[in-house]
Amino acid sequence: METLEQIKVRLEQALPQTRLDILPNECPAGERSLIVESSRAVDVAKFLRDDSQLRFDYCSNVTGIDWPEAKIKTKVKKKVVVEGVEKEVEETIETLRSGHLEVVYHLYSMELKHGPVVLRLRTGNRAEQTHLPSLTPLWRGAEFQEREIFDLYGVIFDGHPDLRRILMWDEFEGHPMRRDYVAPDDFEYEPTPHDEVLDAAKKHYPVAAQPEVKPEVKA
Amino acid sequence: MLGEQIIKGMAVTAKNFFGSYVSKERLTTVQYPEERLVPKENTRQFPFLVYDGDDAEKGLRCVACQICEKECPPQCIYIIKSKDKKPDYKGQAQVYPITFDIDISVCMSCSICVEVCPFESIKMDTEFELSTDDRFEGLLLHKKDLAKSNSHYHKVHAQDAKDSDAALAVEKAKAEAKAKAAAEAKAKADAEAKAKAAAAAAAAPVGAPPVPTTPPPASPNK
Amino acid sequence: MNAFAAQPPKNFEVKPKLDRSGTPIGDLLEISMGPHHPSTHGVFRMDVVLDGETVVKLKPVFGYLHRNHEKIGENISYLSSMPYTDRLDYFCSMTNNWAYALTIEKLAGLAVPERAEYIRVIMAELTRLQSHTCLVGFFVQDMGALGTPMMYAFREREKILDLFEEVSGARMMCNYMRFGGVRVDVSDDWIARTKQLVADYCKFLDEFETFIAENEIVLARTQGVGVLSRELAISASITGPMLRAAGVNYDLRKVDKYGFYSRFNFKVPLGDHGDVYDRYMVRVLEMRESIKILDEALRDIPAGPVMDPKAKLRGFRPKPGEVYGRVEAPKGELGFYVISDGSPNPYRYRIRPPSFVNLTILEDMCLGHKVSDAIVILGSVDIVLGEVDR
Repeated sequence: METLEQIKVRLEQALPQTRLDILPNECPAGERSLIVESSRAVDVAKFLRDDSQLRFDYCSNVTGIDWPEAKIKTKVKKKVVVEGVEKEVEETIETLRSGHLEVVYHLYSMELKHGPVVLRLRTGNRAEQTHLPSLTPLWRGAEFQEREIFDLYGVIFDGHPDLRRILMWDEFEGHPMRRDYVAPDDFEYEPTPHDEVLDAAKKHYPVAAQPEVKPEVKA
Repeated sequence: MLGEQIIKGMAVTAKNFFGSYVSKERLTTVQYPEERLVPKENTRQFPFLVYDGDDAEKGLRCVACQICEKECPPQCIYIIKSKDKKPDYKGQAQVYPITFDIDISVCMSCSICVEVCPFESIKMDTEFELSTDDRFEGLLLHKKDLAKSNSHYHKVHAQDAKDSDAALAVEKAKAEAKAKAAAEAKAKADAEAKAKAAAAAAAAPVGAPPVPTTPPPASPNK
Repeated sequence: MNAFAAQPPKNFEVKPKLDRSGTPIGDLLEISMGPHHPSTHGVFRMDVVLDGETVVKLKPVFGYLHRNHEKIGENISYLSSMPYTDRLDYFCSMTNNWAYALTIEKLAGLAVPERAEYIRVIMAELTRLQSHTCLVGFFVQDMGALGTPMMYAFREREKILDLFEEVSGARMMCNYMRFGGVRVDVSDDWIARTKQLVADYCKFLDEFETFIAENEIVLARTQGVGVLSRELAISASITGPMLRAAGVNYDLRKVDKYGFYSRFNFKVPLGDHGDVYDRYMVRVLEMRESIKILDEALRDIPAGPVMDPKAKLRGFRPKPGEVYGRVEAPKGELGFYVISDGSPNPYRYRIRPPSFVNLTILEDMCLGHKVSDAIVILGSVDIVLGEVDR
């Protein structure tokens, strides 16, 4: 299989004006991924699927990831000249990561038996710009998985044929896999060794459950 | 012939049906609860706490390190540490659990607690008939319900118990050797310090301020 | 080639049946099959619209067993997720364990000792044997052979589960594999008994096949039913025996060669028609191949340690990075996608369950068939709701 750089170069030749970035991966297995601008995602995916040397005809895994706004500390080694002596000093730089949702596609080729190529699409933010193009028209296998991401993360896939909730029920509000999702606390009150559960239940039902006193029935 | 294969299939059924009267291979069911299978060596159901000797309070191996509480996947263990200390099997003063609860209605019998325990103190039991009419308190086991003797452990997992005893004996021997070495070192250091102090006292003229003695070197135990 | 994929799934609108002049004749009947139906293999519901007895629309509805496994996995440590993976596909806890362990080993760069790899292969193939045996039992039960064949399948499965219990301590929720090896070594006695079981299993399979494989009723109910084309199967990410029954030679044991599968000599059975009968036969033939692998593995298993000495049980913190690991589970490709941010918990813990994805084309296979065939087709997909709903 071609390396990710080669694929990127060919993609840029075939689809000019497409922004592609390679996301590095530090782990030993080192599957790096291709960040695709969402407006061109369908074209990129189509190229990957139909190109005779790539033929990524099998979309194995579709995943959502939530990246809330966060301060990221990166340590950078800097060379500083202190009193005529060059020294390496570690500096911590804080950058603000804007919050976004990310959808990751793992593509393999059944025909040529290679892979994976990892595609990443990013939404604008986590509140209202959560639209991404659906790749279900290219790979039917993404249908249920995109529905699941819609259900659990709230990414809206434009062009998906049947975008409904899949694991949660239709009336459910919120997206449980988001990192700021607050679990409901209306537990059934029951004795448990875990005080947090008890406290949550007590907070939810502020009046302690008292035995109902039935009025005496007069004969 | 149409239906030939169906008849062949029926023959297999008949073979199994009549075979179940004569062949042990074809009759594999056990009439529980009258008949019971012997639990397998590694069978795990729910955890218990091991204690040495006869007194559950005194001999409990658990030192309330709370590793199992942290690693327990469904978070069914609940521990409160004691403020005071009591000697463990090695003779060292250790914290012990005041409360050790396991909610076995939540426990999923995964035995992660057993694996992560560095003190061989929590083990898996083979008892599975724990049904009760009290859904809440009946399924919440407290320290006194959980504590079981080492001989019980030997009964349910003979090989594991032997290994665990051996490991503990090695630990204990190590600790004893260490303590002994430490005591010797301390005695030696004390003797040296005393000799020095005596020498200093002898050398110093009467009325002069006392020479500060060097403190004995810290024992390797600390 | 992807003509199928480009089209959206069919029949979203239910329209009444019209006669030639355009007036509706008769009504369509909408029934809800499940969630408590013995043939749905768990709590699974199918919204079926019937024209007479013919299926014109079918929507799978699930999520009744949903417990947000992925969220749980993000809030507990790496090791603590291992017993939860048992509960995904509760028939095949060993392969689930393997998939997760393999992923984390890739993430942390752990090596697995040779003996442990052999034990993993043995466990995975035993799992495949018992899972396929059960599937055949259920599947025949879905066609109306109530009880008897399923009980024969369960009788044999129980022998394998006894072997699992002896090693891991539990029949189904084995929780056996660890990052960098397996938890307990197997004894020589265990290996001898497994050899005996594998030898006996061939006899059982022979008997089972005379029982079912050429039975006229089975043939009539399965051949030509629920045909899945090769193109649709690839495009819809179908994996496992369903894909191979459609004639696509894609087995991760051959493609990825994870574990020591490159050392064993086995074939990948393929189907021609992609119908229910092929899916059943591919599984039966796969069992025979599993027996071959087991024979070789049990013969060649070397002595040695079963855990990587570098592997840490407590306080396991892999370096930041992300990884996707997959194995060939009995139902198809089981993948785990883990992102580590250097803390004791994974940042993202995703499971790619095979039966969940395989359900995508249930409607396409069922349209135009009778309602009783829909049951058989669902049976041939081989779903386990523990992993569909997660």
